[in-house]
Amino acid sequence: MPVIKDVVCTFCGCLCDDLEVTVEDNKITKVGKACKLGRAKTMGMFLHERIEKPMIRKNGKDSELEECSYDEAITKAAEILVAAKRPISYGWCSTSCEAIEKAVVLAEETGSLFDSTANVCHGPSALATQEKGAPSCSLGTAKNYADLIIFWGCNPVHAHPRHQTRYSTMAKGAFTPNGKKDKKMVVVDPRNTDTAKKADLLLQLKPGTDYVLIEALRAIVNGHEDVLPDEIAGLPKAKVLELAEMCKASKFGIIYFGMGITQTRGRYKSGDNVSSLLSDLNQTNKFVMIGMRGHYNVTGFGQVAAWEAGFPMAIDFSRGSAYYNPGETGTNDVLMRREVDAFITGAADPGAHFPQESIKHLYKIPAIQVDGYANPTTEFSDVVIPAAIAGVECDGTAYRMDGQPIRMKKLIETTFKTDEEILTEIIAKVRELKGKGGA
Amino acid sequence: MIGTILISARTIDQGATLEEKTSQAYFDAAAYCELSESNLKALGVSIDQNVKVATAHGTVVVPAKIDARLPDDIVFIPMGPWANAIVDPDTCGCGMPGFKGVPATVEPTTDPVLNMKELMATYKE
Repeated sequence: MPVIKDVVCTFCGCLCDDLEVTVEDNKITKVGKACKLGRAKTMGMFLHERIEKPMIRKNGKDSELEECSYDEAITKAAEILVAAKRPISYGWCSTSCEAIEKAVVLAEETGSLFDSTANVCHGPSALATQEKGAPSCSLGTAKNYADLIIFWGCNPVHAHPRHQTRYSTMAKGAFTPNGKKDKKMVVVDPRNTDTAKKADLLLQLKPGTDYVLIEALRAIVNGHEDVLPDEIAGLPKAKVLELAEMCKASKFGIIYFGMGITQTRGRYKSGDNVSSLLSDLNQTNKFVMIGMRGHYNVTGFGQVAAWEAGFPMAIDFSRGSAYYNPGETGTNDVLMRREVDAFITGAADPGAHFPQESIKHLYKIPAIQVDGYANPTTEFSDVVIPAAIAGVECDGTAYRMDGQPIRMKKLIETTFKTDEEILTEIIAKVRELKGKGGA
Repeated sequence: MIGTILISARTIDQGATLEEKTSQAYFDAAAYCELSESNLKALGVSIDQNVKVATAHGTVVVPAKIDARLPDDIVFIPMGPWANAIVDPDTCGCGMPGFKGVPATVEPTTDPVLNMKELMATYKE
């Protein structure tokens, strides 16, 4: 039986590159070494339904989606984007960098806003990095050197299941040959999560007090613990002192942070303050930070958008050049201001992951979806274009959460068009409609 | 009725069913609310009985579950359409809505839980 080795998993930002996939008669029958998430993703097309044909709603949102040809769907998508005064393109994070590059071109060609799933994920981390920087390293360096691992506002047992065995607490590194025995693990979270079960220290802070706790740690590290009250962020001062002592005692510390930093009170200012804490700690120790990225190639979106347009997300091409001001040009802001009049999304599901107020506007404007599977976004989409699954049905490049590019493999043949092909055809149609000729 | 703080986040079952959001498996993975044992008792509801979770931004009906390790001042709904019916859309000027730390109330209800398509249809204005 043909087994493809060293397959890259295309679920989360860990991009584990050691999967063993068995393919029989162009069908994936077994996925070895993957976690529950990776197995569901890699075998998905054989486990449950997918969007089989392109579809269009011919009479508004209340009419049913009707099957059509790829050509019809792509033409309709191009017509919507060309007719719009203020279109927005969102998502493109569970796909290849090659497809993202085409999405940039389409956004530029149509004068669109252009944003990634970081808008509801690590967008504030990008802002924090721009404010203060983000001392970082590769996951390989972290695996080999780190002896203090802090999971702050993230829950890898659920969201990045192999992170601990491949890169962090359980991994045996060059300077931590005994794995977990050579490392200390801390969890900072208002919930006593499954990740926290194996932690040496759990700081179960009050929801939304992350900034306060970071600030208190900075005060201690800088020798001002005397100014702190007995209770900090809902925690006894002694617990906070314990974490500060663990930080000071470590040879190489790393803070892996998640939505507990980016989505809570303070937003990017909390990430900004993590960076400041690291700056303080790096006066005497070695400390780095890495965001736990969700969509497997949301990091790649940031890379491609930055090298193509100068900014990692929330870009506005309507002025003819790239303009960037998240909070003004972020997807949820423009949807809640009822500012945009057409929407295209791919390799993401805003219908499931946006707040109610944003979705209300998406029901009012023409929407185009490029995806392999039906989901809440399909419910308000007027044009639905089925796509091949990148990393399974086509190859391409993706960036791991630590910014390392990894080449994804094609495992099986497909008749579905890839995201890159679909976007290329929409671009050609848009140029044709605008009288510029084809690609 | 209890006053509490809503947190939404990933779970492994929600993640494993991400690509089949029209399925019963995804509904089971994303449409519920975890409460502490004492909050369940205070509300007088048993596991899988429906509760109405309300915030300043909306209400949603989901079955109750227990998380024995959850503090009394927090309730948890997995990220997805049911949580997002009631999260805080305000981005505080930096692009990111409030998916965590939203003041909420929880009370028992006999109202039914909407499935994904029914829930989405409520957004047509």
